[in-house]
Amino acid sequence: MSTATSAPAIVVASDMRTPLGEFWRRFRRQKVALVAGAFLLALLLVAIFAPWIAPYDPATPDYMAILQGPTAAHWAGTDAYGRDVFSRILFGARISLAVGFLSVSLGGLVGVSLGVISGYYGGLIDSLIMRVCDVLLAFPGILLAIGVIAILGPGIDNVIYAVAVFSVPIFARLARGSTLSLKRAVYVDAARAIGVKDRVIMMRHLLPGALPNVIVYFSMRIGTSILTAASLSFIGLGAQPPSPEWGAMLADGRSYIGVADNVTLFPGIAIFVTVLAFNLLGDGLRDALDPKLRMA
Amino acid sequence: MTAAPVPVAAPQSPLVRVDGLNVEFATEGGVFRAVQDLSFHIDPGETLAVVGESGSGKSVTSLALMRLIEFGGGRIAGGKLEFRGRDGVVRDLASADAQTMNRVRGNEIAMIFQEPMTSLNPVFTIGDQIAEAVRLHQGASRAEARAEALAMLEKVRIPGAKGLLDRHPHQLSGGMRQRVMIAMALACRPKLLVADEPTTALDVTIQAQILRLIRILQDEMGMAVLFITHDMGVVAEVADRVLVMNKGRKVEEGVAEEIFARPQHAYTRALLAAVPRLGALAGEPLPRRFPLVEIKEGGGGAFTEAPPQDTVTGSAPVLEVKNLVTRFDVRRGIFGRLSGRVHAVEQVSFSVKAGETLALVGESGCGKSTTGRTIMQLQAADSGQILFHGRDLLAMGAQERRSMRQKIQYVFQDPFASLDPRLTVGFSIAEPLTTHNLATGKAVEERVAELLRDVGLSPDHARRYPHEFSGGQRQRICIARALASEPEVLIADEAVAALDVSIQAQIVNLLMELQEKRRLSYIFISHDMAVVERVSHRVAVMYLGQIVEIGPRQAVFDHPAHPYTRRLMAAVPIADPARRDRERPLLEGEIPSAIRAPNDPPEVRALVEVGEGHFVARYSIGDFR
Repeated sequence: MSTATSAPAIVVASDMRTPLGEFWRRFRRQKVALVAGAFLLALLLVAIFAPWIAPYDPATPDYMAILQGPTAAHWAGTDAYGRDVFSRILFGARISLAVGFLSVSLGGLVGVSLGVISGYYGGLIDSLIMRVCDVLLAFPGILLAIGVIAILGPGIDNVIYAVAVFSVPIFARLARGSTLSLKRAVYVDAARAIGVKDRVIMMRHLLPGALPNVIVYFSMRIGTSILTAASLSFIGLGAQPPSPEWGAMLADGRSYIGVADNVTLFPGIAIFVTVLAFNLLGDGLRDALDPKLRMA
Repeated sequence: MTAAPVPVAAPQSPLVRVDGLNVEFATEGGVFRAVQDLSFHIDPGETLAVVGESGSGKSVTSLALMRLIEFGGGRIAGGKLEFRGRDGVVRDLASADAQTMNRVRGNEIAMIFQEPMTSLNPVFTIGDQIAEAVRLHQGASRAEARAEALAMLEKVRIPGAKGLLDRHPHQLSGGMRQRVMIAMALACRPKLLVADEPTTALDVTIQAQILRLIRILQDEMGMAVLFITHDMGVVAEVADRVLVMNKGRKVEEGVAEEIFARPQHAYTRALLAAVPRLGALAGEPLPRRFPLVEIKEGGGGAFTEAPPQDTVTGSAPVLEVKNLVTRFDVRRGIFGRLSGRVHAVEQVSFSVKAGETLALVGESGCGKSTTGRTIMQLQAADSGQILFHGRDLLAMGAQERRSMRQKIQYVFQDPFASLDPRLTVGFSIAEPLTTHNLATGKAVEERVAELLRDVGLSPDHARRYPHEFSGGQRQRICIARALASEPEVLIADEAVAALDVSIQAQIVNLLMELQEKRRLSYIFISHDMAVVERVSHRVAVMYLGQIVEIGPRQAVFDHPAHPYTRRLMAAVPIADPARRDRERPLLEGEIPSAIRAPNDPPEVRALVEVGEGHFVARYSIGDFR
């Protein structure tokens, strides 16, 4: 035709925008989430380098200094065996982060796979997977985890499996939902028309569409999982003493809450701040990733 | 009332006078000026058609007039929007307060939109929705409003209006919903009706009904119409005067007959040349590409007529479809009881030779797309044969059938939706190559570059993402992807329907050029009779899942033998205002549904030959006897 009738040049930045660059451009604006992310990054470094950072050994008792309040020598005081609470919290971060991350990764991997398969094939496979998920969701999370521990036995490894199990149905539903809407997309039909195999369609065209939601939920879920793992340890089903797990520390300190509240207060704050940071990070990620909020 | 009500009702003064309108949108890349320095007027009772391609600012203009532009993030940056109200007072709507606008909007200026489904609220009945408009603006009681709603439905000639009052929108067809929208819009007897692409989503036969209805109501109620459209054929049918827009500016304005007969501006001329005209190839047996208009400095234009497309080779068909049947089950209730079947494709048979284009035409729901999808194996067939070089696709194993997909490829209607937004264009084009192991490593890149060049794009576009391209470019990318595996048959499912006319002409020409080079066979699925006339060697007309007429394009278009084909041809708007009042058959009624009771298949009988290779259904199908 002619130049006079070419399409209008609305917006479209001159440089190329990759999906990752686009995400970072949006995420950068989420100030609160950035702070939360920075805190979690710092916590991760602290956890990794705990043996070098911590002023005291977390397991060595000091009977000369028991149930002390915060002092210059012991920033968060000492517990009933005279162990430094601050050092124990730093070491505890290793356990909590590992449990949170591993359990959600495991639950997410299984859940998302099941969800994409369920949504893509539909029919009997879908009904089977979803009914199992319904059953799992019918239990309160903590009860389900206790049930799993009852079968596997107490211990921090088993807490990971227990918490993973109760993440599976939620990830499965999430992935199934986005797969159901994405599989109707014309580009999925286009891939089928080309002759692309089902497995490749799921990996290449459906999974990436589900990822934004999964990532958001992943970060929020780590917070919940840390909380659940701490609860299990609190009731004695998770980390065993003298392990400096935050929940176990709460359980240890509760007998002395009247004389030395610092023994429960500081692990409590650690749990609270970490879980909050994961939730805030998740909120920020959602704002940056959610296509529904992207219209503006 | 606003201040200073000075009546200035000179009898000849215009109803609307827009002066120096500027509309801006704040985007991330800076201020986007959607409408620039636009001036026009609308006289009482006349129809002004604003025509332009996507992005021309025509819809923005109508939204600015309604002051709805603020809801879309836009801003009126300057200019006047003078409107003479019922009381004879001229107000500048550009500076009117929210209260004044609420009184004007819906009451004195009413609007109908393109998509009649989304502009009706799904949870309220039709009657309640029309009555709401009446009660809001006229303060009528509930009973009065309901009576008025009924009167309006009768006015828009809906059969059985009384029963319709208590129905919900989803129980109505698209054409009926648009009638309801019109009834709602006209409930307060506005002075001006703003119609934004009101028939674009409708089938041609329904479009013809709605256009005629708007004209009749306009005469009855003496209202003016601002008609926004991209379709020059529709403009020719409705407009008294025409305003051509391009990139936010007025290109040309004038009386409809003048614009069509003697377009002054080169852009208008190019636009008119790109409009496919039914009958352009009368007496011509072979397809021909669209003539290209080269715009010269100073506004002169030259046509270059393309040679006819004589590409059919050989006599053995590449693809043959025999007695194809595709049905969908309709299930109801929690136990999924089978309550009916959609007979989407019913005993369809045809064949395509190398280098030949067979067009499947018909209106929505006639089964043309399902036929294409079934051949492509995107939809399971119930029975029949799909023979590719004599081998039945439906009898093959899954593995072999998948590899056959190299040889038959598909181009979808929506170029925006058919590319994965998360993958680069190069990756999408390479997908057929890697899937079927047709190339590896460096060869893939080279092949992608070659394909991009073949469809008129540059090889370095491969690294970009789909959202960086315009609709026409994306459709070129989709065509490149479809050609990657060297197919012999290409199914183009409304491949140009979503594009602007000038782009549409380019894509059609590209498809025809590729056919000439590669001797491709096309199955061209379309509802647009004028485009079909351009591209096809043979035509099959579908209605309710069956082929009612099939034959050489010239025979079918010059001597349509089936009453449905004739009705379809008559409904096509013709881009010539001089022929507006041509004799037309009265177009009434809806397209019947293809849903039937579970064990009640429709009657299908053999077609009868009426000319060389020209077959027609002689027996009743649906309401055609």
